[in-house]
Amino acid sequence: MVTAEPIIETTGLTRHFRIGGPLSRRFLHAVDDVDLMILPNEIVALVGESGSGKSTVARLLARTYKPTRGDIVYHGRSLSAMTSRKQRLGYAARVPMVFQDPYGSLSPVYRVSHGVMRALKLHRPELTASDREQEAERILKSVGLQPPREFLNKYPHQLSGGQRQRIGFAQALACRPELILADEPVSMLDVSVRIGVLNLMADLRRNEGISFLYITHDIASARYVADRIIVMYAGRIAESGPVEDVLANPKHPYTQLLLSAVPDPRAPISLPATSDVAEPPRVIDPGEGCRFRYRCPYAIERCSQETPLLRPLRPAHEAACHVAT
Amino acid sequence: MIATAPLLEVNDLCVDYVTEKGAVRAVDRVSLSVAPGEFLGIVGESGCGKSTLLYAIARLLGPPAEIASGSIRFRGDDMVTMGEDDLRHIRWQNYSLVMQSAMNALNPVMTIGAQLSDAILAHQRLPQRAVLARSEEVMRLVGIDPVHLKSFPHQLSGGMRQRSMIAMALVFTPELVIMDEPTSALDVVAQRSLMLQIKELQRKIGFAAIFVTHDMSLVSHFSDRLAVMYAGQVMEIGPTHTVFGEPRHPYSLGLLSSFPSIKGERLPLQGIPGTPPDLAHPPSGCRFHPRCPKVMSHCRTIEPRFHEREGVQVRCHLYADGD
Repeated sequence: MVTAEPIIETTGLTRHFRIGGPLSRRFLHAVDDVDLMILPNEIVALVGESGSGKSTVARLLARTYKPTRGDIVYHGRSLSAMTSRKQRLGYAARVPMVFQDPYGSLSPVYRVSHGVMRALKLHRPELTASDREQEAERILKSVGLQPPREFLNKYPHQLSGGQRQRIGFAQALACRPELILADEPVSMLDVSVRIGVLNLMADLRRNEGISFLYITHDIASARYVADRIIVMYAGRIAESGPVEDVLANPKHPYTQLLLSAVPDPRAPISLPATSDVAEPPRVIDPGEGCRFRYRCPYAIERCSQETPLLRPLRPAHEAACHVAT
Repeated sequence: MIATAPLLEVNDLCVDYVTEKGAVRAVDRVSLSVAPGEFLGIVGESGCGKSTLLYAIARLLGPPAEIASGSIRFRGDDMVTMGEDDLRHIRWQNYSLVMQSAMNALNPVMTIGAQLSDAILAHQRLPQRAVLARSEEVMRLVGIDPVHLKSFPHQLSGGMRQRSMIAMALVFTPELVIMDEPTSALDVVAQRSLMLQIKELQRKIGFAAIFVTHDMSLVSHFSDRLAVMYAGQVMEIGPTHTVFGEPRHPYSLGLLSSFPSIKGERLPLQGIPGTPPDLAHPPSGCRFHPRCPKVMSHCRTIEPRFHEREGVQVRCHLYADGD
């Protein structure tokens, strides 16, 4: 399976934030030692609770944050070496981001056409004015906004949340991306229109071959669209692997907890096996050891002394746990 | 169905938002009842009027919203005509409210303990020691160490903040607790543990609960009865397991099939096409007809009334035959 060259690969990706004043020595470890890769034509779901560092990973990949340590390699070239404006623009066009809040991410004073046209002008200067118009219409059609000409002339306030989020994808598509970083693209949408946006991601992958990093806290929607899943806890990867295998055979105790907490209306009513303390992880200067150990029912002494590394437990399926087998 | 007299009875309640362009009816002829100790779930998408309905029941609506018609009877008293003085007597002592966002509902510059004692002293004259004792008791009840009475809201985790909101709602052991999406700001693990705790407290204390959420799967395991709202109206109401087992209204069915499952086969889902209507211009006939996969010609012109099937009330023309 891992024969294709990855679009993006990170090694030891780490981002810390200083807490308090400039002389403070306390650091929040938002992301620690994350190794991940995304292949062409692949949807990878990055799942975790709020504060697990999943959005920080997306922002590191989008270059809005600089990594504290570690490297991001894009088609064999390190991002830190891509410093010229042209290279940065080129990368931004190939790996755009779609944001969580469709109400905050579109400027209310511009028509829909503005964002799409701007991306076309900036990233595809070879197009003539009439080409741009045709391309904008094609893009709006591909995100399911019909008739495209009418939508291009609308203002964001005339659109529903689902339509706005489709505009977000249209703006990303205008730069002819390889990989779209979608940071919780459906969490602010109404339940009945979420599936439509998830289906749009699946369609764009099928029809245009675009990869996605789908960041979400909703493990059921991750299963619905993704091929692979990466579960993060407190800034570290807890488990990763093919989505069906991870859900059928969760190895990390956190994944198991997460799966047992997902409400499933079609499942019979089950009472909880364990009462979880739901204590938030300590991410400020966490030190050595597994960060899940305070909540883990299987914690052993080693867990507080040594940080577990990801190790393969099943084909293409790894977990960072001393206890899991 | 329920032998005892209902604790709360809402009849044909209409709530309007008065705007410059005329009144927008956010809640349209909603009728429901809650028996003592019952857990009623209300689900619907944003803008369906579920929160407005809650605030109307709690009599917390302020302009531009107003109750246009209908009645709310709580313990036999008419809440709609009740004056502020009488309301103050029953508010918090007989019914209380848990808000959606604890971060905004709690005062950031007061400790949890000070806010609890404020709530207690506003309704009862008690010596300081009794206030403290009661505060500690309710904090223990929701599973927070009473040392956190001295904590400020920002020092607590999201789950603990929601728990302290619930503690505050329980200081007078009310008969009815109204909850407006108390878990929506929490992640799934904290959400589930809070739901279990609410259910446990309900069993222990015996209050009735109205629980509003947009997440249908969340209430599936916890509520006794379920009301599905769309565009200001109740579309389907009945025992939760019947509504889930066999959703009859096309909207309930669509809503339920909008949730991908983590078990079983991976099936392609469609959700519900289109978007919820603008309540300033609700669709004619059945309000769901523009998005309904089973729409018939008379759905566009005639508003359906409720039809009963196995104890479930459904507002849909599909069930017009046979009654």
